[in-house]
Amino acid sequence: MAKQVRQLDRVVIRFAGDSGDGMQLTGDRFTAESAQLGNDLSTLPNFPAEIRAPAGTLPGVSSFQLHFADYDILTPGDAPNVLVAMNPAALKANLRDVPRAAEIIVNTDEFTKRNLAKVGYEVSPLDDDSLDAYAVHRVPLTSLTVKALESFDISKKDAERSKNMFALGLLSWMYNRSVEGTEAFLRKKFANRPELVEANVTALKAGWNYGETTEEFAVRYEVKPAKLPPGTYRNITGNLALAYGLIAASVRSGRPLFLGAYPITPASDVLHELSKHKKFGVVTFQAEDEIAAVGAALGASYGGALGVTSTSGPGVALKGETIGLAVMQELPLVICDIQRAGPSTGMPTKTEQADLNMALYGRHGESPAAVVAASSPSDCFYAAMEACRIALTYRVPVLLLSDGYLANGSEPWKLPKVDELPAITVDFATEHNHENPDGSTSFWPYQRDPETLARPWAIPGTPGLEHRIGGIEKADGTGEISYDPANHDTMVRLRQAKVDAIARSIPDLEADDPTGEAKVLVLGWGSTYGPIGAAVRRLRGSGHQIAQAHLRHLNPLPPNTEELLRRYDKVVVPEMNLGQLSQLLRGKFLIDVIGYNKVRGLPFTAGELETALEEIVKNV
Amino acid sequence: MSDPVTIPNGRHALSLVPKAEDKQTAKEFKSDQEVRWCPGCGDYAILAAFQSFLPSLGIKRENTVVVSGIGCSSRFPYYMNTYGMHSIHGRAPAIASGLSVSRPDLSVWMITGDGDALSIGGNHLIHALRRNVNLKILLFNNRIYGLTKGQYSPTSELGKVTKSTPFGSTDAPFNPVSLALGAEASFVARTLDSDRKHLTSVLAAAAEHNGSAFIEIYQNCPIFNDDAFEVLKDPSSRDEAVIRVEHGQPITFGPDGSRCVVRSGFGLAVADTASVDPADIVVHDAHDADPTYAFALSRLPAGSDALMHTPMGVLRDVPRPSYDDLVRAQVEHAATGAVPEEDLDRLLYSGDTWAIV
Ligand code: SF4
Repeated sequence: MAKQVRQLDRVVIRFAGDSGDGMQLTGDRFTAESAQLGNDLSTLPNFPAEIRAPAGTLPGVSSFQLHFADYDILTPGDAPNVLVAMNPAALKANLRDVPRAAEIIVNTDEFTKRNLAKVGYEVSPLDDDSLDAYAVHRVPLTSLTVKALESFDISKKDAERSKNMFALGLLSWMYNRSVEGTEAFLRKKFANRPELVEANVTALKAGWNYGETTEEFAVRYEVKPAKLPPGTYRNITGNLALAYGLIAASVRSGRPLFLGAYPITPASDVLHELSKHKKFGVVTFQAEDEIAAVGAALGASYGGALGVTSTSGPGVALKGETIGLAVMQELPLVICDIQRAGPSTGMPTKTEQADLNMALYGRHGESPAAVVAASSPSDCFYAAMEACRIALTYRVPVLLLSDGYLANGSEPWKLPKVDELPAITVDFATEHNHENPDGSTSFWPYQRDPETLARPWAIPGTPGLEHRIGGIEKADGTGEISYDPANHDTMVRLRQAKVDAIARSIPDLEADDPTGEAKVLVLGWGSTYGPIGAAVRRLRGSGHQIAQAHLRHLNPLPPNTEELLRRYDKVVVPEMNLGQLSQLLRGKFLIDVIGYNKVRGLPFTAGELETALEEIVKNV
Repeated sequence: MSDPVTIPNGRHALSLVPKAEDKQTAKEFKSDQEVRWCPGCGDYAILAAFQSFLPSLGIKRENTVVVSGIGCSSRFPYYMNTYGMHSIHGRAPAIASGLSVSRPDLSVWMITGDGDALSIGGNHLIHALRRNVNLKILLFNNRIYGLTKGQYSPTSELGKVTKSTPFGSTDAPFNPVSLALGAEASFVARTLDSDRKHLTSVLAAAAEHNGSAFIEIYQNCPIFNDDAFEVLKDPSSRDEAVIRVEHGQPITFGPDGSRCVVRSGFGLAVADTASVDPADIVVHDAHDADPTYAFALSRLPAGSDALMHTPMGVLRDVPRPSYDDLVRAQVEHAATGAVPEEDLDRLLYSGDTWAIV
């Protein structure tokens, strides 16, 4: 039967099933297939914090959304055009996000009385009119898979488990993607269990063939490759990019990377990834707690390493005292905060950007630290390098902010050339730097570089520079213990001035304002970059003028920040918190910025921002 | 993932630390800072013993680092003309671990107190010992909080009257040596601030030990807990109170060796030497792989202040691969010898890549 082929410019698919159904893997593979085909893409995994919530229940639903297109896109999509629901719970949990007329593929085998009852369906939604507004494909995914695997000598359970590959095969057929990469992936993944390789590959192909032969699916779709700048690409998640960025900073600075970390969602993948790369001299120290993790990193920095700790909000809360010590000792330290919904345990697998205040102020005393934020999954690489550059150059703790959305979400990354990455120069002190009145010389550990205001980094093992540092206030210059009131005032100001001086090394904030006539500027930071950008495009598409700017450096801010903001009649600041950057800008510049704030544990959709911004743009 | 890495073992703790070219003196190890402990504080004696002892190691002074936490004893690094860090309360084991693991060419000493190591920093202490990080940990135990002016500490006796326990402490104390043994420490010793010779011999044994060495030093705080260890010092009581242990020697003590240690049930007990078969007197074996024996030794002290029959010396000293060596072995095993930039290039361009032309 000849199938109709329809061209689309973009599609949003959401795979949803039980935590045990392998939806993340299915999504990952579909993503890889789409990347290979050359589509631009963006992904949003969404999974419960529990490893195995009771099967078939709403809390156990895990999903993976993928947006792919023939042009460059910025977000994982607002609403799915296609929902794959592996069971009633997956349908129920996701249906409210699915617009009318969208396609829904349901695994009818799982719509049993028992499963329906688990999620409160009295009548199966497949039997009443509740899905009338959608194009529903009823596919007995489980039984078709089991049937396809009849001849295999594997348990029924193993056969049923392959149903996600059947679904992947079907979707791959629908959207015309090659499954070769997935086949190779399965051969590697199950290398020790050849019977499972064949079973999964067979299920994958059976799904494809099912699409080809059944009348249930009459249309195939095609999304052409996107016209992206030439280069070599790979798909990358934020946590992977962040780990690579740390390694790159280590290579480019010549300082061995030491990571102290304690397992915490959603940051653990940074620890997992770095623990694989010992050939770069990376040492990963899985500490007894968050405090030891940052302590060990600081100890390593004292010895001349690039000391880094990775964590999420609850961990940063515990590390505060040690970060304060690093402020006082003026040693390099990078603290990666992969933010999650708080306070307390909050929602560990859900995203938020509400740790800005903690990053800026979460220590006692006047305790300035630099703050850098990543704006997209691949940008985590560059943000990590920048955080390390600042830490190593200025000998200061740097908080690197990512979040759960960036950490687990992915996008194609145009790979950089290694020799084009910024080199990070580190100079250790080797000589005396102070002349005494009697003509002799000595080493002053708190004598500053006039440009950066950084103190010398004299590492143990350097002859003649033996000195002691600690958390007690230092005398300016000599670094000796001092309780002198005037000296304390001087030192507090010097530590602040040093962090302020970083601004001289960072680029100006730039507004994207194509006509130069916009009256409204939307200013973001962190992972809101994608949705803000998408909303701005839509508004421009419908004839509005609006400018966009995005902050990478939150402390210090780029030198021209105030001047840029003052160019616009209105400044809108969308944040996944209750207005932390807004408050900072108001406090610093007395500019009456307008906040757009939501804390739902989910990234903004371009649609909601479009609506909110349109309201403002129309009324200036 | 990759092949298991062979475990290096048995190396000398200082074999990777550069040797000093010239003979050093205690004076060179004294910093120019005025020492500010209270007059008569036991810390002075320990500092002097430590400064006199370090030259005997023959390592470069600049490769010696002293890391401390917070408390009276933790001011120690300021008085040493070496590299030093006075850190934050309880966290010295973590900070020193990061330093030691990343710098095998350093000899890292950690100074802590009973509050610092056993209360706020208890977690870090036990984990450093468990990992066997190449650290020499000197715990100055004065059984009181000195710097905060006299509250009871985790080693204060039950019933102790202090500023924060006007009706007597209701906390049961730790026995630091038992705690260290329970935490899998590979080297555990105890000594006394006023016994310079013994203190020095214990320091020397610790310095040789590759891995964590834990030394409890009973230290007098004349201001808030004066004479806490007097029973171990007073000539009229010390012979009965102190049990000196030396590897390979039968354990006898008391006037003219009239007392000894024998096995008793699952543990050890004190007996009159005259009334036991000499063959039943326990011969001290610090190298016993099983910590049970050392633990039994650590449980001998009795009395309301748990000082009668206190074992002094190296209770345990067993070889175990240090954490530092294990970590380094994995890193060295993984090294490719390639230019790091080339390895980085391979890493970035690994996985599923595609080209857009
Ligand atoms: S308070 Fe006690 S321990 Fe502290 S310095 Fe004074 S005497 Fe020494």
